Amino acid sequence: MRALRVAAVGLALALPARAAVTELRPGPGAEVTAANCAACHSLDYIMMNAPFLDQAGWTAEVAKMVNVFRAPVEPSLMPEIVAYLARHYGPAPR
Amino acid sequence: MLGAAGAGLLGRNALAEGVALDTRLPEGLRENAAMEALPGKAPLIRLSSRPPNYETPLAAFRTAITPNNQFFVRYHLSGLPEQAELARDWKLSVGGDAARQPVAFSLAELQRLPAAEVIAVCQCSGNRRGLFQPHVPGVEWGLGAMGNARWQGVRLRDVLARAGVKPEAVELFLDGADGPPVAETPDYRKSIPISRALHEDTLLAFAMNGEKLPLLNGYPVRLVVPGWTATYWMKHVTQLTVSAKPLDNFWMKAAYRVPRNLFATDAPFTTQQTAANEPITRILVNSVVANLRDSDRVAAAGFSVEGVAWDGGAGIQRVELSTDGGKAWRPATLGENLGRYSFRRWSQRLSAPAGAVEVRVRAVSRSGEQQADHLVSNPAGYHHNVVQALRLVAA
Repeated sequence: MRALRVAAVGLALALPARAAVTELRPGPGAEVTAANCAACHSLDYIMMNAPFLDQAGWTAEVAKMVNVFRAPVEPSLMPEIVAYLARHYGPAPR
Repeated sequence: MLGAAGAGLLGRNALAEGVALDTRLPEGLRENAAMEALPGKAPLIRLSSRPPNYETPLAAFRTAITPNNQFFVRYHLSGLPEQAELARDWKLSVGGDAARQPVAFSLAELQRLPAAEVIAVCQCSGNRRGLFQPHVPGVEWGLGAMGNARWQGVRLRDVLARAGVKPEAVELFLDGADGPPVAETPDYRKSIPISRALHEDTLLAFAMNGEKLPLLNGYPVRLVVPGWTATYWMKHVTQLTVSAKPLDNFWMKAAYRVPRNLFATDAPFTTQQTAANEPITRILVNSVVANLRDSDRVAAAGFSVEGVAWDGGAGIQRVELSTDGGKAWRPATLGENLGRYSFRRWSQRLSAPAGAVEVRVRAVSRSGEQQADHLVSNPAGYHHNVVQALRLVAA
């Protein structure tokens, strides 16, 4: 239902505000990652899939968001986002 | 005194508040999850807030019926409808190339059809995904992406009869009022085989445990497909399309699929099968201990173990417990039988020598199916029904 859907986006914002202030770990790429990922979903999705996703795993997830879910992410930003996620939300370096 | 963790906590870090999240869950989840109350809900375990994915605390499974305000919440996409908007504008449209005529229902019109009800488990396909080893990406659910309710509404087949189902119909497409955050994102639409749509137990429910559906569980009307996983239980359903062709979208062709013939089903979804895989369908036999968690202390002289068991529609035949690593099993006492799609309560008193004791619990269905001894891995992390093995300390 189109009319309902348009109205809908408001409620997501009315849900508990905590998501909006969920902080990513600081580091190069944190801001661009937060801005692009949080455009469609709370950053909880990153935390809960950590730290078991490695570079290849995060690459696949970001690609899925862009290619399957059509997230409006500038392709040129994808490597920076993946690098940030793999470094801060991937397995600890050996 | 045992297993009291869980209820009654508000909006705080789960670990700090002693909500014992399973240590096998991803570390990142355990750090981030918290007890938090959504509008109209008691505190649930927050996995993600936008879209909202909140699971039911374990203690809620000490009863066969899951209270509405503790029933889990699961959305794929963050465009949620508003209650006032739905109350004012909601209608159900039924049509499609394999329907004889399009029809529409207001809620009042829908409620004039013959009443029907069923007690059935609504379980997310990915319940317990977070317990998979190795982990698979997704929403990292623990034990609580499920609930059992008395669903009250009308039979879907009575609704479809008003439109008229042509012989060439193969699937019913389902759409709800929720939507994607950006227009290009594939909207969450699903289909079920027409035979399932016409099954006498498949309902359009407008009430749950005697109250209207909570907004976050599908107000004003959701689909109820007893025995099948919740991916088909479309919330806020607005559009039903009777189709002569299978639905071709991401949510059918790529998501919610399992390797072909890996899991038993009552009715294969033939119009959506490929050589390699097929849609998930029937809920597997399973059980959960609701009053104890791993590493809890119990009285050696005697302690009770209790929980619920369920399956995809055969009904529970027995629940058994073992304290010797699975060599000897003794039956639990079953609670009231609320129907073949429902949770079945079970309980048993055990005693153990002082020290470490491992309690295993397994359910067996009336069709002879029993819980898995080992994880059956599959790419998306579905159908986790491995026998629980709680390591307790008797003193």
